[in-house]
Amino acid sequence: MKTVGLIVNPVAGMGGSVGLKGTDGLDVVREAERLGARPWAPQRTARALAALLPISDSLVLVTFSGVMGEATASACGLEPQLIGSGSAPRTTAQDTVRAARQMVERGVDLLLFAGGDGTARDVCGAVGTSVTVLGVPAGVKIHSAAFASSPAAAGRVAASFLTGEITRVREAEVMDINEADYRRGRLSARLYGYLEIPDARRLLQGAKSASAPDERTAQRAIATALVERMTDDRCYIVGPGTTCRSLLEMLGVEGSLLGVDLVRAGKRVGKDLNEREILAQTVSSQCSLILTPVGGQGFLLGRGNQQISPEVIRRVGKENIIVVATAEKLSSLRGRPLLVDSGDEEMDSYLCGYYRVVTGYREAAVYRVFCGV
Amino acid sequence: MEIQRGSRLRNFHQAKWDEEAIFELSTPGERGIHLPQVEQDISDLVGDGLSLIPASVRRKTPPALPEVGQMRVLKHFLRLSQQTLGADLNVDIGQGTCTVKYSPKVNERIAASPKVRDLHPDQDESTVQGALRVMYELDLFLRELSGLDRFSLQPSSGSHAILTMAAIMQRYHEVRGEADTRNELITTIFSHPSDAAAAAVKGYSIITLYPDEQGMPDVAALEAAVSERTAGLFITNPEDIGIFNPKIADFTRIVHEAGGICGYDQANANGILGITRAREADFDLCFFNMHKTFGAPHGCGGPAAGAVGATKELAGYLPVPLVGCDDGEYFLDYDVPHTIGKVRSFYGAFPVLLKSYAWILSMGATGLREAAEIAVLNNNYLLKKITEIDGATSPYSGGKRRIEQVRYSWEDLYRETGIDTHDVTRRLADFGFHLWQSHHPFVVPQPFTIEPTESYSRAELDEYLDGLRHVAREARSEPETVKHAPHNSVVHRIDDSSLDDPKRWAVTWRALLKKQGRAAAKIRG
Repeated sequence: MKTVGLIVNPVAGMGGSVGLKGTDGLDVVREAERLGARPWAPQRTARALAALLPISDSLVLVTFSGVMGEATASACGLEPQLIGSGSAPRTTAQDTVRAARQMVERGVDLLLFAGGDGTARDVCGAVGTSVTVLGVPAGVKIHSAAFASSPAAAGRVAASFLTGEITRVREAEVMDINEADYRRGRLSARLYGYLEIPDARRLLQGAKSASAPDERTAQRAIATALVERMTDDRCYIVGPGTTCRSLLEMLGVEGSLLGVDLVRAGKRVGKDLNEREILAQTVSSQCSLILTPVGGQGFLLGRGNQQISPEVIRRVGKENIIVVATAEKLSSLRGRPLLVDSGDEEMDSYLCGYYRVVTGYREAAVYRVFCGV
Repeated sequence: MEIQRGSRLRNFHQAKWDEEAIFELSTPGERGIHLPQVEQDISDLVGDGLSLIPASVRRKTPPALPEVGQMRVLKHFLRLSQQTLGADLNVDIGQGTCTVKYSPKVNERIAASPKVRDLHPDQDESTVQGALRVMYELDLFLRELSGLDRFSLQPSSGSHAILTMAAIMQRYHEVRGEADTRNELITTIFSHPSDAAAAAVKGYSIITLYPDEQGMPDVAALEAAVSERTAGLFITNPEDIGIFNPKIADFTRIVHEAGGICGYDQANANGILGITRAREADFDLCFFNMHKTFGAPHGCGGPAAGAVGATKELAGYLPVPLVGCDDGEYFLDYDVPHTIGKVRSFYGAFPVLLKSYAWILSMGATGLREAAEIAVLNNNYLLKKITEIDGATSPYSGGKRRIEQVRYSWEDLYRETGIDTHDVTRRLADFGFHLWQSHHPFVVPQPFTIEPTESYSRAELDEYLDGLRHVAREARSEPETVKHAPHNSVVHRIDDSSLDDPKRWAVTWRALLKKQGRAAAKIRG
């Protein structure tokens, strides 16, 4: 018997239909309602839950009462166990956090949440990677990789994970943009953290295909290539992301997954540095900057690594930027270029062009970096 | 009388024998053939036979072979054969990039005749003039088809041919004193992965170009990739998505200007035979698969053969021996000044070469071109019909026609129903069809690759199309039927989680026993 937790953010997605670009915060929800927005997360959730119906006999579904899960689950013909209830009359982000924590305590095998990037942030903040989760895309903003590509796909992946067909998990980025800025026309996304999701790419493969190495193996190959070319006289500014983290792991040093670290002669000399600290610590030696595209959109700079400022890049020099990414990650961009948005247009156009992206041991791709953000 | 059926789809049910591995059938002392006792006068003359073999190369323990009687061996392999699908059983167009065409059985008979079967590669040249003539003339045919100047028939497969091209490239730079600096091989993500893999085996760093928005390899990316470290470019055209790169001459020019060698992977030649050539695109090297493209069974259906061609400038680097002809007399030609040596014992997989020689002769020059044209026609018929299926698309096409294959996508179907390309593949097995996705990584999302070749009739293509349409419909009406497929196969699902785990994978019986902590002796009983 497997236990699956369900959290529905009932207001997710409402802002989208009325042009509000998001639904974060009570005022925006009220405004969305005034403009005539109707909830759509329940119906998106129902599409996902349909895939769980055939295995419902071997499932325990736990959720909160009413709009946070009970209503949708019951309407789908599932019999949820209620472990709490949200605030009345309106549910809040704190309800999501509370529900997620309770589900971890309950020992759920999978936590299914329906919402957008804001919901993913709340879940991430509450449970981190302590439980396997999966996002049902129901929000306005879906920049996080923790979501399946559609509600139906989320249902299928969840069912495959719960029946043991998918056994592997991977870490997926949780991104969010600042809605207030976005409404003013400025896109400023951040990497908030990682959630652990089922690795749906590992389903049965065709007869001809060799097995795809899992992401960790590919990242270790990249790390091996980097370690081989590192020299003791340089300092290395290591950006955020799991690919960069695997380099630090190979060096045997603890890094900051979301922050910028500094390495010299195989030792960590700075952790989670801000711009001023990076500049202060790189005065006396030549530096290289190791970057990996963050999130599904291919941003190299300006999303989650703003501490690597134009000033830092000037210090390093374009020729000393080492871009790393697994072939899988590059392929997921579907031919779109890598992007830079450093906040300085001149710097961005300086950074444009073709880069050698380290994709493995003695393997690289030549890939375009574009700045027309 | 015509059989009336509501649908062209067959209800396929795979035979299931729960067959053990042959090692598990072993009973100590059981034999396929019991040899008669050696007569006294013979053993008086030669002793026990063993003492003729030097002690240093004599085994101390007998080989751990399965001990199984003849009849049981026969049954074992017949049962296994009933559990397989293949080009002679089904409409095998779903194995895109493999060019699974019909291999005429008459060519099997020719290759199996005693005249061929009983040849020994150590025979004197004067006694194998016919075999040498076949190889010599095959070389001439391939020169005509490629425009290049000389071919070696030695490599045993397409990937082996790529490895041979990489060795030639390396030797070429070595002779010029540049082997140490020129250590990068450029290829594209939609070229065959062996172009990268075989070159990596020769120690090259691999630089991969990604496609532009139209699916073409990006010329500007190539310009950024070449340098004094460039050893060469290995590329397919058309690439594995079936799009022909019209800028291919720019590619070879850019690489030549950087001092590199251009190798043409012609594994996808089936749609361009007699239409475009390596020479006109200015390639230095190329190879053809004599299996698949030239009618001998594809590698997994028998041994393979890859023929590597070179321009005059590089012919002096080919493996030895080549086959020459002097005044009507054929001979093995070892006079190759910069040769990379041998890449295989003797001269190549002769039976495969003979089958492809016979195939080419039976087709004739116009027949080869006609085969290519029909393969392209079949492919574009399918392209039209498949993209009419709700949920299937052909990324990058922009309404353009393709050459001999297409990499399609089920992404729309997946988004709508959650049924992915693997699910569709498994369900198609219930109708006796195979559907292959793509090499990794999946650049085209939810991919599937279909290559109909010239061999299949319109009715067979329609039968396969019915299968695709049926499953796409089912994905909406009965998703659970698709999700839990296959329903009629020997093994429901294969756990492939050990495939990338060196601790668990095993490619031989002995390795399997070792990794499972079992001793070989135990099995032997």
